[in-house]
Amino acid sequence: MVHDLYQEIILDHSKRPRNCHSMADATRQADGYNPLCGDKLKLFVKVENDIVVDVSFVGSGCAISTASASLMTESLKGKSREEALKMLDKFHELLTTDTAVSQDLGKLVVFCGVRDYPARVKCATLAWHTLKSALGNDAAEPVSTE
Amino acid sequence: MSTLSKQVKAVSAADFDVERIREDFPVLKQNIHGKPLVYLDSAATAQKPFAVIDAIRRFHEVDCANIHRGVHELSQRSTAAYEETRAKAKRFLNARSKDQLIFVRGTTEGINLVSNSWGRPNVKAGDEIIISAMEHHSNIVPWQLLCAEKDARLRVIPMNERGELLMEEYEKLLNPRTRMVAVTHVSNALGTINPVKQIVDMAHAAGAVTLIDGAQAAPHITVDLQELDADFYTFSGHKVVGPTGIGILYGRKSLLNAMPPYQGGGDMIKVVTFEKTTYADLPYKFEAGTPNIAGGIGLGAALDYIGRLGIEAIAAYEHALLEYGTEALSRIPGLRLIGTAREKASVLSFVMEGIHPHDIGTLLDRQGIAVRTGHHCAQPVMDFFNVPATTRASLAFYNTFGEIDALVAGLHKVKEVFA
Repeated sequence: MVHDLYQEIILDHSKRPRNCHSMADATRQADGYNPLCGDKLKLFVKVENDIVVDVSFVGSGCAISTASASLMTESLKGKSREEALKMLDKFHELLTTDTAVSQDLGKLVVFCGVRDYPARVKCATLAWHTLKSALGNDAAEPVSTE
Repeated sequence: MSTLSKQVKAVSAADFDVERIREDFPVLKQNIHGKPLVYLDSAATAQKPFAVIDAIRRFHEVDCANIHRGVHELSQRSTAAYEETRAKAKRFLNARSKDQLIFVRGTTEGINLVSNSWGRPNVKAGDEIIISAMEHHSNIVPWQLLCAEKDARLRVIPMNERGELLMEEYEKLLNPRTRMVAVTHVSNALGTINPVKQIVDMAHAAGAVTLIDGAQAAPHITVDLQELDADFYTFSGHKVVGPTGIGILYGRKSLLNAMPPYQGGGDMIKVVTFEKTTYADLPYKFEAGTPNIAGGIGLGAALDYIGRLGIEAIAAYEHALLEYGTEALSRIPGLRLIGTAREKASVLSFVMEGIHPHDIGTLLDRQGIAVRTGHHCAQPVMDFFNVPATTRASLAFYNTFGEIDALVAGLHKVKEVFA
């Protein structure tokens, strides 16, 4: 019925999110909030020598936002700060444009179905917006998708 | 269709021909994602019958002119049609006089008009305003703004787990500092019908002024303002099958007369010089500028339409639908209804174990079923029930028992996806 959106891998990560815990020794963290659906997310990032060595998150959200956060944490480990931010741009492009699907995104391409559900784009990008905030500076205000 | 569904339908079909009524609503006759539209979002906005669509079209095609003061034929026609809506609203609400009925953009503007024009001159530091735990943001934020400006205090009537106001707690909140009690007639997030007559009487006994938010009540239950005796009552046209951008605020005459205008401009004055302006009489004092004329005329057609069906017949039919839906949803394992008040209208708000409302909304939409998911502009209600959001199916008189069955089948499919 809607397997273009709820692909197996998305359902799997929404039911069993990876890296879903807080992190005591995180060097950066940020809060994300999607007022539309009440999704809340706290992201923990450990950056050493400009490399993202660990990422985790806690929060409550819909299947799309939870799976997106889970898959994001998996794909970020080992990336430089700059590479991580570049990935964010590519991910955003994947969701919002009709351009060809970039192969650099690896597993994250499963989210390309979100294109056809404009009301759900913010769910898929919440974790990434929060990442930008975490990597950018010490955010005082929670980042919001609105 | 289940046996129960057939039985209930047979009982109600006798006096309420929903299939014929559905013919009046062109929007209902379409497929969404290849499935017949099942519209269960009438608490957000109701669909419009031909009678309303045609009235607005006729105004633009035949009578279009600005109202009041025009001596030409078209202006007189449009003025008469627009003002006729005030008379229709007077009958609809059983108000004493149509001078007490002010056209506003909707319930939100009605409340803001009162919080500004009544609130600012009358509320002082240390005064108290009482609202309830189940208010829509539009009956919270205007009072917060007023309280912040005046250093007044906002007090909240708590509710129980069913979503019913605790009247004994309300009684304790009332005191000589209470200036205003502003409470919703029917909760948009829970469907609770509040005992507004009792709330108003208790407020009056304590010397407070009252405002009732009628946005969710006007489409579903009888509103009798002479019996209720609230000082202010407001509702939105688009929830009573009228157009958006038009609504009515009723006010007690003595209060309205004492209040300064809400906005200044044309149409709300008698005489203007640079030294002094004399304001127009009620209701025009509160109606600055060219109003939503087409909307006002559309609202008149909507009230006529509701009047022809009869609000009592609507309420009885919708109540049967609600009871059927409540029972059908309760049978779905893992589903929890949010809002189970003994007195309820039209709203089935729920959460499902392990499935976020937003995913439920998307998956139902793919089956042609339109519901609302989120906080329903009532975040404190979500906090109370400790849920981030709910899925809300809201009913109107054009919904059928078969559509409830479709919702139940749709929810079973949602469960399969997340099994």
